Order: sequence, then structure tokens, then C-alpha cells
Amino acid sequence: MSLSIRNLKKSYVEPGGRRLPILNVDSFDIADAEQVVLIGSSGGGKTTLLNVIAGVTTADSGQVVIDGTDVTKLPEAGRDRFRALRIGYVFQTFNLLPAFTALENVLLGMSFGGRKADRPHARELLKRVGLEHRLDHRPAKLSVGEQQRVAVARALANRPSLLLADEPTANVDTANQENVLKLIREACTENGVSLMMVTHSQDVASQFDRIETLSDFNKPEAAE
Amino acid sequence: MNLLAIAFKSLKQRALSSSLTALSVALGIMLVVSVLVVNSVVDNTFNQKSVGVSLLIGPRGSDLGNVLSAVYRIGKPAENLPWRVLTEDLPNAAKRIGGVKDASDIIDWAIPMTMGDVTQEGSFPVLGTTPKYFKMEYASGKKFQKKGELPVNSFDAIIGSQVARENGWDISSQFSLIHGGADGHVHDEKFTVVGLLAPTGTANDRTVFVNIEGFFLISGHEKPPEDAISRLREFGYEVTPEQEAVIREAAGGHDHHDHAGHDHGAHAPHPIPDDLKEVSFILVRTKSSTASIMLAGELNEGMRAQAVNPIIVISRLMKLFVGNTRKLLLFLTALIVVVAGIGIFVSIYNSMSDRKREIAIMRALGASRVTVFSIILGESLLLCLGGGILGLLMGHGLVVVAAPLIESQAGIMVNPWSFDVMELVLFPILIGMATLVGFLPGLTAYRTDVADSLND
Ligand SMILES: Nc1ncnc2c1ncn2[C@@H]1O[C@H](COP(=O)(O)OP(=O)(O)OP(=O)(O)O)[C@@H](O)[C@H]1O
Ligand SMILES: [Mg+2]
Repeated sequence: MSLSIRNLKKSYVEPGGRRLPILNVDSFDIADAEQVVLIGSSGGGKTTLLNVIAGVTTADSGQVVIDGTDVTKLPEAGRDRFRALRIGYVFQTFNLLPAFTALENVLLGMSFGGRKADRPHARELLKRVGLEHRLDHRPAKLSVGEQQRVAVARALANRPSLLLADEPTANVDTANQENVLKLIREACTENGVSLMMVTHSQDVASQFDRIETLSDFNKPEAAE
Repeated sequence: MNLLAIAFKSLKQRALSSSLTALSVALGIMLVVSVLVVNSVVDNTFNQKSVGVSLLIGPRGSDLGNVLSAVYRIGKPAENLPWRVLTEDLPNAAKRIGGVKDASDIIDWAIPMTMGDVTQEGSFPVLGTTPKYFKMEYASGKKFQKKGELPVNSFDAIIGSQVARENGWDISSQFSLIHGGADGHVHDEKFTVVGLLAPTGTANDRTVFVNIEGFFLISGHEKPPEDAISRLREFGYEVTPEQEAVIREAAGGHDHHDHAGHDHGAHAPHPIPDDLKEVSFILVRTKSSTASIMLAGELNEGMRAQAVNPIIVISRLMKLFVGNTRKLLLFLTALIVVVAGIGIFVSIYNSMSDRKREIAIMRALGASRVTVFSIILGESLLLCLGGGILGLLMGHGLVVVAAPLIESQAGIMVNPWSFDVMELVLFPILIGMATLVGFLPGLTAYRTDVADSLND
């Protein structure tokens, strides 16, 4: 599984009507099973980039090719389906649906791709993140660190080929931060999943072989 | 997890608001169901099928009054008719129809009824009739079932089920009658219950039946001979001197009758001449409906009585009065359901602003716009249908509780499990309502911008 981005442009239209360019990436690639950490200043467009890759935001132009499929060419429903089947996404906070237990949240991760829900797999994933005793707890009854671990388990539930993680450890204490991070990296390694993870933590970033700074390959000012 | 399961979990998350809105639907549906049940009961009671009679002959005046009095035992007959209506006018009218040689060619039976008195206890109407009355079908295909005997002797009575229950009467109970005339005195004669009728769900349940011959023997029911003769002439009958003599002689003997020393039940005391007898109504069953129309035409021509088809009168009553009341009731209860639907709308719609992020998460997990729309619609469907089913059960439950009350108050038998087909129509309506109610919140979900909502 690989990701390659070409000539990607994304801008927001400000309330005044002025275009505000956020992304302008000539070329960016992640190889199969590669783990990349993305750092950069706040407001630089990291989340926007992940959203474009995940297909929840549309780019203005350019290509985002995942495993040979240019997701920017897909219609919205096609992107939804692609995301359901191939991409895992972990956000900074509030990842979980409050109405559902930990196990159900993980099952939700496989509910929208049209595949059969694989309960043993969901249990196995939760066991892997050390939550086998918390299966039937609702998010409100879980600590923030536990919630993030459930979110990681859920992001892996559909056996994705690309895992996007947007500051998954930002709200977690140091001990748990290590825990969650280790989990993400191990799961990706074991399953050959490519990982793109955003972080603000130098500690976290330093553990990765490949560290990318957004401003190094993103030149929005050159987009005018 | 399928979409309905997801919708259900979301509802459970808002358990209080969900159960309250579902309950409001349930209450609305409960009322609709009870109106429908009561409706079908009223329908069956006043319905054409309840009357095994093709013509009702009674005093001129209000045909509706005649039907209410004769069939439903509501109110008293305006006046009585001479016996000759039964023995002369009816067969003569039949014979005037072309091609009819004998009255029995077109008439199955004609049953006389006298009414006016009520029981002293419970004020149940007392109806004097012949045993033939109990052989007819009181509703289509339904015959009277009884315990004990028919009233063949003069002071015998068979009583309807409600009379038995409310007055606590059984076979061999004795009772007195209150005279139906202006004075309302209690008759001296004591009647004895010899039979009990099984419940019929008709006015017969609250009627006391006595032998018509016995009815005439009650003191005060005979007319003074002068009255009888002048009344016959009023009705346009010829009264020959010989007939006059018979009337005077019989009346004279009867006048000095001393009840105290007699055992009325053991033997029929004096044969009463027909011209001293009167009849309140005559129930006629013709062999065909055309015969009944023609016979009614002949009877109404020039006679001081009138013949009506009770079915026509009843359906007119149903249309005019009961029908509109029913429509109004149904409309009002439907309005309650609509209000409940608006409640569901408000509940779901209000929750939407808090759920933007949840929807965005589902979208990020790969749920399409249509999927999140369907989940919201599913919530509204579950609330409407769940409330609907609960309401259906509650409605029938209400009728179960109310049935004995209705029966004792209105004399109408209610089968709480009688299922109105309209209840099946409720479900497509509820589904339609759920769709309508869930549409706008669903659209909000459909339009939720994932990236924006994730960043919030
Ligand atoms: N829907 C939007 N409309 C207009 N501007 C937006 C929208 N979403 C994001 N932006 C702007 O785009 C820029 C990039 O935002 P983004 O969230 O991608 O930054 P980021 O690198 O993830 O920042 P942080 O590290 O703080 O999370 C910001 O200036 C932000 O205000
Ligand atoms: Mg961000």
C-alpha cells in the first residue's frame, strides 16, 4: 500500500470572499508500510491535508493516489466507501460515539463498508490495546487514554491499508502517550499498514525514522 | 451493526426524551384504537346486520322514534295500534300486491310487540311478544340461546342477560312492573322469571320479555270498551254491532276481575277479543327485499300506521349523526397523533446540533451521507412504530378495562380483542409520519460537513 500526492491544491474561501490557500503540495509519497510523522506549525494545514487524503474534504486540484486509486477522481459516495474499506482515521479528541460501548465503537469501524461485522476481530483488537476488561463500557466511563486506545482499535477494525492519525496522543498523559503510540506503531508494522501521524510532540516525533515538516513540502504562498 | 441497531443505540442514549416522545405517540394511538374499537362496536350494534327484520310497522310519526323504541328499546312508542293492523291490514296489503294470492307468499313472519311498561327494579323495558320472537335471528346468523323456558303462561317472563346481572334475578325470581301510562303506578300482578337469555350484544340484553297474552291481562292495559270502539273507528275500521257487543261483554267481565284470588300463571283466564288488544309494533320479515319495499308502499297508503325498513332508518341515523361524531372523534385523536409526531420531530431535531460531531465521526468511518440520513430516519421510525405498537396494546388494554363498564352503562357488548382493519392502516400512516418527521433532521445529518464538524 502506498500514498502519492501530486500537485495538490486546497484553499478556503474566507467570509470576505478572499481565497486563502492552505495546501500546495507538488509531490509527497509514503511507501508501502512506511510510518511517517508530520509536524508543523499550528494552522499550517496538517489536519486539512489528512482530511483531503481521507476524502472527507475535497481538494481544488491535483491527485491523491492510494494504492493505485486516485481518490480525488472518485464521486463522494465512492470516497466514502473507499474510506470505509481502506482508511483508518484517529483524531485528537472525541473519537468515540458516546451511545456505544467500546466494543460497539470498534464494530462501527467495520459497519459502513458493507462487510460483515467481525466480532472476534473487534474483541481481539481491544484485547491488543489492553481493554479486554472494558468491552462493555461506554466512552463516558473510560479514561481519555483508554478512549484513544479504543479509537486506535476502531481505526484498525476494517483492516485498512492507510492509517491517518491526527495528534492521537495530545490529550493523553506521558505514560499513556507511550502506550498508545507503541500500539499504533506495532499494529501498523504487524499488518503492513502505512501510517501518517501528526504530532506536536518532539518526543513522539523523534521515535520515527521519517519526520516530515509540512512547510518543507507545502508552499501555499506559491499557489497564487 | 445494522443501521436500525445504530439508530436504536442513539435513542437509548437519550432514553428519557426518547421514551417520552414514544409514549406520546403511544397515547395518541391508544386513543385512536379505542375510538376504532368503540366505533366498530357502535357499528355492529346499530348496523344493518343487527336487525333480522325487513319491516317495522308502528304508529305514524317519527320513523326514527319507532326504530329506536322497537329495536333499541330507547323511549316509548308514541301510541299503540289496533290488533286489526296485524290481522287485517298486513295480509290485505300483501294481497294487494300483484301476483300475491296469500300473505304467506311474501311474508315469512309477523311478530307483534307491545311495549310501554318498565320493571319496578332497574326500569328495564318490558316487551310483550309471542314465542316466535325468540325463533328469529336477532342478528344475521345469530339465534337466541336460553336457559329455562319461554314465557308461555300469562305471568311468565324471560329476561335479558343484563337484566339478570344487574337485578340479580334468576329463574323463579318474582318482580313487578310500573305502568307506562301517565300515572306510573305499580301493577299488582307479580311476574315470575322462567327463562334467561344468553348475552346477545343487543338491546335484548336489557329487555324483560313477557307473553303478549299476559300483557293484556294486566289490569289497566285493557281499554274501556267505548275507547276501544272509538279508536277502531278513528283508524277507519268498521265495527259491526255484533263486534261491539263482543267488546262490551268481554270488557265488562274483565273489569270486575279480582286479581287477588286468582293464580294467573296456572291457566289462561279469559280469552280476550282481538278488538280489545293493542300492539305497539309489528316486526315483519319478508321473503325478499323487493317484497318488503312493495309491502311498505301498500301499508303506508292510507293506513294510520306506518311501515319502515329499519335498516334504512338506521343507516340514515349512522350517516347523519353517529358517522359525523365518529369522524370528529377520529379527527381529534388523529390530531393527537400528529402532535405526538411533532414532539418526535422537536426531540430529534434538537438533538441534531449536539450530534454533529457524532455524525462526522460516522462519516469519517466511511458512512455515506445516505447512511447517516437513514440512521436519523431510522430513529424516527423506531419512535413512531415503537410508540404505535405500544399504543395498540394500550388501546386494547384500555378497552379490556372499560368493556365491563361500557356493557353495564350502555348495554353494548364490547369484545376488546375485536381488531379493526383500520388498525392495520395505522402502520403505513405511522411510517409516513416517521418519514415526514425524520426527514428534516435526516437532511441536517445528510448535509453535515465532516471536516468542519470534526474540528469543532
Ligand atoms: N472550513 C474551513 N474554512 C475556512 N478556513 C479553514 C477551514 N478549516 C480550516 N481552515 C483554516 O485552514 C488553516 C489550516 O487549518 P488546519 O486545521 O489544517 O491546521 P493544522 O495544521 O491542523 O493546525 P493545528 O496544528 O492547530 O491542528 C487554518 O488557518 C484554519 O483556520
Ligand atoms: Mg490540526
